[in-house]
Amino acid sequence: MTTTTSSLVHSPAFLKGDEFSIDTFALLKQDGSLFEGAAPPDLDRDKALRIYHAMVFTRVLDERMLAAQRQGRLSFYMQCTGEEAAVIGSAAALDDEDMIMAQYREQGALAYRGFSCDEFMNQMFGNERDYGKGRQMPIHYGSAKLNYMTISSPLATQIPQATGYAYGQKLAGDGHCTITYFGEGAASEGDFHAALNMATVHKVPVIFFCRNNGYAISTPAVEQFAADGVAPRAFGYKMRVIRVDGNDVLAVYQATMEARRLAVEHNQPVLIEAMTYRLAAHSSSDDPSGYRSKKEEEAWREKDPILRLRRWLESCDWWSDEEEKALQERLRREVLETMKAAQKRPAPPLDSLVTDVYDTPTPQLNEQLAKLEAHIRLYPEAYPKSASRRSAEGSAGAPGAENGQGGR
Amino acid sequence: MANLNLLQAINQALDIAMAADERVLCFGEDVGGFGGVFRATSHLQEKYGKARCFNTPLVEQGIIGFANGLAAQGSTPVAEIQFADYIFPAFDQIVNESAKFRYRSGDLFNVGGLTIRTPYGGGIAGGLYHSQSPEAYFAHTPGLKVVVPRNPHQAKGLLLAAIRDPNPVLFFEPKRLYRASTGEVPESDYQLPLGEAEVIKEGSDITLLAWGAQMEVIEEAAELAEKEGISCEVVDLRSILPWDVETVANSVLKTGRLLISHEAPLTGGFAGEIAATIQERCFLYLESPISRVTGLDTPFPLTLEKEYLPDRLKVFEAIKASVAY
Repeated sequence: MTTTTSSLVHSPAFLKGDEFSIDTFALLKQDGSLFEGAAPPDLDRDKALRIYHAMVFTRVLDERMLAAQRQGRLSFYMQCTGEEAAVIGSAAALDDEDMIMAQYREQGALAYRGFSCDEFMNQMFGNERDYGKGRQMPIHYGSAKLNYMTISSPLATQIPQATGYAYGQKLAGDGHCTITYFGEGAASEGDFHAALNMATVHKVPVIFFCRNNGYAISTPAVEQFAADGVAPRAFGYKMRVIRVDGNDVLAVYQATMEARRLAVEHNQPVLIEAMTYRLAAHSSSDDPSGYRSKKEEEAWREKDPILRLRRWLESCDWWSDEEEKALQERLRREVLETMKAAQKRPAPPLDSLVTDVYDTPTPQLNEQLAKLEAHIRLYPEAYPKSASRRSAEGSAGAPGAENGQGGR
Repeated sequence: MANLNLLQAINQALDIAMAADERVLCFGEDVGGFGGVFRATSHLQEKYGKARCFNTPLVEQGIIGFANGLAAQGSTPVAEIQFADYIFPAFDQIVNESAKFRYRSGDLFNVGGLTIRTPYGGGIAGGLYHSQSPEAYFAHTPGLKVVVPRNPHQAKGLLLAAIRDPNPVLFFEPKRLYRASTGEVPESDYQLPLGEAEVIKEGSDITLLAWGAQMEVIEEAAELAEKEGISCEVVDLRSILPWDVETVANSVLKTGRLLISHEAPLTGGFAGEIAATIQERCFLYLESPISRVTGLDTPFPLTLEKEYLPDRLKVFEAIKASVAY
C-alpha cells in the first residue's frame, strides 16, 4: 500500500528537487524598522522586554564566562552569540509549560524561562548545588521546574526523544507541545530523519527548530548538504516547514507562535529553519580563524540580533539609553558576583558518584563506594575535593541518601 | 493456572500491564494490528486502541529515541526491537541516553518507565543476523537492567516486574523457546524479582550457571552428569545486570566448582565477568578452574549451527573435566 496517488507517465523525466524555492520570513530590518508590508507580531511591552532582557543576559553571560574560561576558572564554555534571537524568540512563543529539548547552545531559552544566574553558575562549576550533581561538563543545564530537559552531549539524540515526549503530551491531552533545537550539522544524524518521519506518521505536537548557523565546528553548511538548507527535507515527510531570518526576533517569534498553534491545535509537527550565524567559536576549545575569514564574521556582526531588537524597542519608546546602561551594569555585576560565589562552593559529596545510576544503588555500587572511601582515607591529599569534604563533615553520607538538590 | 507457551505468557504480561495502567504503550515494527512477527503483541491493538499499541516506521534508533522521550514524559513505553540482532542502530539511544538519563540530570529526569523487549538467541536456523545474544554489550553499561527469562512462568513475572521497575530494562526473550517452552502460568498479575538469581536444583559437586534458553541445555547436561554420579547445582542467573553475586558465590562456596554457559562468543562474554568476580570471592574454595562453555569466537553460523552451539554434550564433557581436574 502506497501513501501517494501517482499518475503514470511514459518518458523518464527526473525531478530535480528545486521545483520549490523556500522563501525566508522576515519582519525587522537591521535598523529596527519593519519591512514594508510587514506587521509586528502580537507582542506587548512586558513580553518584548522579557525577551530583550534574556538576550542581553545571555550575551553578557557568554562574554564573561568565555573570559573566565580563558582565565582558567572554568574548564569549558559554549557561546550562543549571534543566535540569541533564534533561541529566545522561539522560546518566548511557547507556553512556559511546553517542554524544551535543546542541543547545547540554547542557554538563552533557559534564561528566558527564568533560570537564575546562580543556577547557571552552579552547573558550570559543578558544585554541590548543581542540579546535575557535578556530573556533566559546563553548559549541560537542565531544569524540571522550567521544563527544560537536561542537555546531553551526543548530537541529535534529543530529536526523536522530542517526538516521543510530544506523543506522550498528546495522549495526556494537556494542550502542551515540545520544541527541540539542533544545528544544521546535527540534522545530518540519522536521529533527525527518524524523528521527523515518526512525527508526521504519528501526528505529534512537536516543533523541530533548526539553528542553521553556518558551521558544524569547522565544517561549513555547504559541505554538510548539497540541498538548499535543511528546510526542503520537510517535504519528504509531508511536514509543514518555514524558513525564517534567525536574527530577526520578531519573525522567529511569530513563526514559532504559528508553529505552536499547528502543533497543539492540529497535532501537526513543524520544521522551522532559522538562518543565523555562529558569531563565536564552536566552543572554548575551538579557533575559527583556521576555517573562516574575519571579513565574513564582520559581515554577520553587522546583523547583530540584539542590536536589531534594541532599535525596534527604542522606536516603540519601550527602551532608552539609560535603561540599557543600567541593565548592562546590573547584569555584569550579577554575573561576576554569582560566579565568584559558585566557584567557592564545595564539590558534590562522594556518594553522588554512585547515586542516580539506578533509582537506588546496587550492592555492587555500594561495595565499590566503600572501597573508594577506604582508599581516599589512605591518600587524602590525592583527592582534595572529597577528602576535605570528609574532614569537614566527618562522613561522606550514606549511599542512596537524597542530597536534596534534585527537586522535581 | 493455564498451560501457556512463552509467547502467550509474554502476551498475557503485556495485556495485564496495559489493562492495569493506561500509561503503558506497546510499539515497534509490525507490533500493531499484526501483533508482531512472533505475535507477542497479538490482540493488544484491538483491546487498547491504536494510540497505545501501534506500528512504528522501520527505524530502531527512532523507536528507542521515541521511547526515551515517552518515558521521560512519564509514560511507560514497552518498545519491541524485532530481533536483538537489529538493536545496534539504537545502541546510542540505549547506552548514551536511556542508561544515563537519570544520572546526568541528577535525577531531575529519568526514563525508568522504559522496557525494551527483543528476541535473542540461536537454534532456529537464523544465521548471523537472527541468532545473536548481545547481552554482554549492554552489561557493560551502568544504568541499564538486563533480564533474560527461561520459561513461560518466569517470562510473565519478570516482564511485569521489568515494565514496573523504575529503571530502563532490556528484556531479552529466548525466541527458540517462544513456542517450544510450555508450562503452567498463573493467570494473576504477579512479579518476579529483578537482580536475583534462582537455584532451580540443589547439588553438591559443581554449580552450573546460565540464563534464558541455555538453562534447558545445562539442565539436560546435569541429568547426564547425575547418571555418572556427579551432583550438579543448577542456577538461573535471570538478571545479567545487575547480577546476583551473593547467590552464585554462595553456591560455589558450597560446591567448589563453577561452570558458566552462554551462546554468545567466549571472548568478552558475560561468563568472563562472572568468573573474575567468583574467583575473587571464592578463591580458596575452588577445586578447579572456572569453566566456560560458550559459542565460538565467530559470527553466528548457519549450516554448522549445531556444531557452534554450546550444547548439552559440550557442557557434560566440561562438567566431567571440571570434576576430574
